[in-house]
Amino acid sequence: MHEFSIVMSIVETAEEKVKEHHAHSVESIDLVIGDLAGVDSHALDFAWESAVKNTVLQTAKRNIIHLAARAKCLECDCEFEIKELFDGCPLCGEPLLQIMQGKELQIKSMILN
Amino acid sequence: MCATCGCDSDAKVSIHRVGEAGLLNVENLTLTPLKEPIHVGTEKRDRKEITLEQDVLLKNNLLAERNRGYFLAKEILALNLVSSPGSGKTSLLERTLLDLRGTENFYVIEGDQQTSNDADRIAATHVPVVQINTGKGCHLDSEMISSAIQQLHPQNGSILFIENIGNLVCPAMFDLGEQKRVVIISVTEGDDKPIKYPDMFQSSQLCIINKIDLLPYLKCDLDKLKQYARRVNPTMEFIELSCTTGEGLSQWYDWLKKEKLQEQSMLV
Ligand SMILES: Nc1nc2c(ncn2[C@@H]2O[C@H](COP(=O)(O)OP(=O)(O)OP(=O)(O)O)[C@@H](O)[C@H]2O)c(=O)[nH]1
Ligand SMILES: [Mg+2]
Ligand SMILES: [Zn+2]
Ligand SMILES: [Zn+2]
Ligand SMILES: [Zn+2]
Repeated sequence: MHEFSIVMSIVETAEEKVKEHHAHSVESIDLVIGDLAGVDSHALDFAWESAVKNTVLQTAKRNIIHLAARAKCLECDCEFEIKELFDGCPLCGEPLLQIMQGKELQIKSMILN
Repeated sequence: MCATCGCDSDAKVSIHRVGEAGLLNVENLTLTPLKEPIHVGTEKRDRKEITLEQDVLLKNNLLAERNRGYFLAKEILALNLVSSPGSGKTSLLERTLLDLRGTENFYVIEGDQQTSNDADRIAATHVPVVQINTGKGCHLDSEMISSAIQQLHPQNGSILFIENIGNLVCPAMFDLGEQKRVVIISVTEGDDKPIKYPDMFQSSQLCIINKIDLLPYLKCDLDKLKQYARRVNPTMEFIELSCTTGEGLSQWYDWLKKEKLQEQSMLV
């Protein structure tokens, strides 16, 4: 699962930031994950547990900010919440959508010690 | 390590040329570190809060853009072939490399967890090929491609095929710097794959429907398959073919020629 690579990228960034700021560990980390980011929270938890061992994130508190997915219909311009990538426009039924929100996968902030 | 497919980042990645002389082991090349965006820091006694708002896959994305720039400057058409295991990626490449031999310069990067079987099949067509073994990793990333290119030295104006790991989930998230992503689905997989794996179908531009020689034996509704794919990707192009009988292959070759011309015109 790519969740492992994702956690490894987070660990790598955290290690760099800790070094850069002459800190020694991360107290907490805030992540933003959109509902359509393609990240399974179960798999993420699982990967997190093994990937943060012996790293600056080992004892870090992890906060996940979930973002609901929103799309805009390119036919009728209306904006709405979507649950799946294959949802069509609730008004006109067209599949031509622009995803406005929900694909995010970000490290928002960290508190370093 | 991971719940679904057991990938493990500790596993060794190896990248090497596969040729008639067998395996040449070349060490991985080190990449120059990428610049990171500037962040704002706020001091709080001995604690420090830093705001990043940084994409988790930033490094992969930056390196992918670097690969893309390299391809563009050298007018190389780079294609990322993705599918479930066994949909026919290697078969399609074998056919293509033999049928179009002498008309284009081809290069291949083969991704596989463990073996070099696919790279050996490509090497038999005398096309330069680099094997990337990801160990337990379930996708290729842009750094692996960057190292592989440095071993392949593709010529200007060539076509580079990248066969990704057989997996419809993980490779969807990792941009390699390709110009186009080609998803291959075989008719034996069922017509609802596009909505079961929407990320892959949304991020691909061409969908090849392979093994159409088997249609008489199956219940697979191609119209329904395309309809599902268009629901996640309204601009998707489709080509139906059979690597076994050769039916439909000429459409794929025409598509390649069209894409190559487009790549060359991007520079002007
Ligand atoms: N009937 C039929 N069989 C095909 C066709 N194309 C490929 N196959 C068979 O499908 C099997 C898998 O083909 P490959 O080309 O190895 O598939 P792949 O996608 O490269 O597989 P992985 O690299 O393992 O993910 C082989 O036994 C092929 O002979 C086709 O058009 N028709
Ligand atoms: Mg293969
Ligand atoms: Zn995995
Ligand atoms: Zn994965
Ligand atoms: Zn609409």
